[in-house]
Amino acid sequence: MRGILTLLGYFTIVILVGILYLLLSNTLKAFVNIPFSSFFNFHWNPSAHGEASYGILQLLWSSVLVTVVAMVIAIPLGIGVAVFLSEVAPEKLRSIIKPIVEILAGVPSVTIGFIGIVLIGPFIAETFGLSNGFNALNGAVLLAFMSLPTIVSVSEDALRSVPKSFREASYALGANKWLTILKVILPAAGSGIIAACILGFGRAIGETMTVLMVTGNATAMPDSLFDPVRTLTATIAIELGEVPFDTPHYYALFVLGLLLFIISLLINFLSEWVASKFRYKI
Amino acid sequence: MSIANKKITQFLGIQSLVLCTVIVLAFIFMVLFDIFWKGVGVLSWDFIFNIPRKGMTEGGIYPALAGTVMVTIITAVFSIPVGVASAIYLNEYAKENMLTKALRASIRNLAGVPSIIYGLFGVALFVEALMLGSSVVSSGLTLGLMTLPYIITSTEEALRNVPHSHREGALALGATKWETIKSVVLPSAIPGITTGSILGLSRAAGETAPILFTGVTFYLRFPPDTLNSEFMALPYHLYILSTQHHAIEQVRPIAYGTALVLLILIILLNVIAFIIRKRYTKELVK
Repeated sequence: MRGILTLLGYFTIVILVGILYLLLSNTLKAFVNIPFSSFFNFHWNPSAHGEASYGILQLLWSSVLVTVVAMVIAIPLGIGVAVFLSEVAPEKLRSIIKPIVEILAGVPSVTIGFIGIVLIGPFIAETFGLSNGFNALNGAVLLAFMSLPTIVSVSEDALRSVPKSFREASYALGANKWLTILKVILPAAGSGIIAACILGFGRAIGETMTVLMVTGNATAMPDSLFDPVRTLTATIAIELGEVPFDTPHYYALFVLGLLLFIISLLINFLSEWVASKFRYKI
Repeated sequence: MSIANKKITQFLGIQSLVLCTVIVLAFIFMVLFDIFWKGVGVLSWDFIFNIPRKGMTEGGIYPALAGTVMVTIITAVFSIPVGVASAIYLNEYAKENMLTKALRASIRNLAGVPSIIYGLFGVALFVEALMLGSSVVSSGLTLGLMTLPYIITSTEEALRNVPHSHREGALALGATKWETIKSVVLPSAIPGITTGSILGLSRAAGETAPILFTGVTFYLRFPPDTLNSEFMALPYHLYILSTQHHAIEQVRPIAYGTALVLLILIILLNVIAFIIRKRYTKELVK
């Protein structure tokens, strides 16, 4: 029995290595036909009739743009909610609000995308006088709310793990609640909160369906948030279904996959490093 | 700072926290309310148990609902045994060494891998290499891989909550390690494992990206009859109805109905998990 359990126990390493192996081997196949340098330009058009181009920079920029704007919205909101739940709300209110925020984590990404199409898109179009609401801003707003549950729950855990004695000491020195939050609790929970924001960033940059449904998916460089963008994830989702197997284009999509995979690993390591490195250094 | 100033900043500060919470809650209620309000009119037994008709502008969503249920069952059959076994190994047998550390790190990293990457992996492994083709079993296994880290993490937590004295008691009575796990540790961890599994599966049921290229298709008249058939799924159906359909405005009510059924399914699973967790923690207190 022990042998079987051990074997299954190590299965996850096999999967992780398997994913890495597969992405790497297919990426190498892409490099056989496409020179390495041609990935470093701004034009992604692998199915062009003449010269196909494989520049990933515009896709990467789109992903980063949408995600960063999402974080600009989600980080203050998320930390605000987390501080409210952990420091201000009475236990009864907290036990009601927390499950509601967790519902948001459970709502499927297509459903959020659908809301982007029927509610957020028209609202953005009307507010800013655009012909439609399929743009980077719409994607960013939705991603902000999708990454909120991660930011809220991880930050709240960090806030609640600040010892009670810290608060008491601060009150004893004559600080009021707000000063205690600002000067004592937030700095003490800082590493956990930063880790939460990094995880939220990772959640947002890897999201596929929502951005695919609402960002318009044009492969041109966006000038502003009101332009349509096409992210790395959306590009894989759009093209993998149409591309013939064993072509340079097919393998080029795995290059995008590898890039995303590396980003997600880096984000994981970074958040763990931040959370462990700076614990209770005040 | 004067006392009056302190009071004003404290008031403004706390109110801004309240404002953040209100904005987030407002968004959540807006999403739920809009889908319930506009979807509930379409909902009927006919909608749930009939096939789509007239280019999906009429009729129901039965094949999509049945497809989602089937693919989720396959996900469960694969990911729960493997995940639970893996967690038992980690919590009961594994020694704290480099290899175990690597194993834990790989579980945490797998949980952060974007779902579209699982889709890519599923295409290359199940559809191409293992020649399972574009099918409900390929999709189920792909979703299973995605759900695995989630089930391992929650099972391990459930196992960790079983007090050490229980294990020691059983061992002192002469039970072997495996007998102890089987008849003492697992039974008291079952509620925690069930809760975690249900939550993991509810996430899988709502996913689209991993099934996009591994087996889902936009129109079928029947639910899949074999493991090798392609299938319809609720999330993908919603995606098609809201972005790919030739008469998007005309099918909007059906899209709302589909979104509502999917949402009810997910919330139902979450509520069941919530109730099990509540009952379990109450028992522990006793």
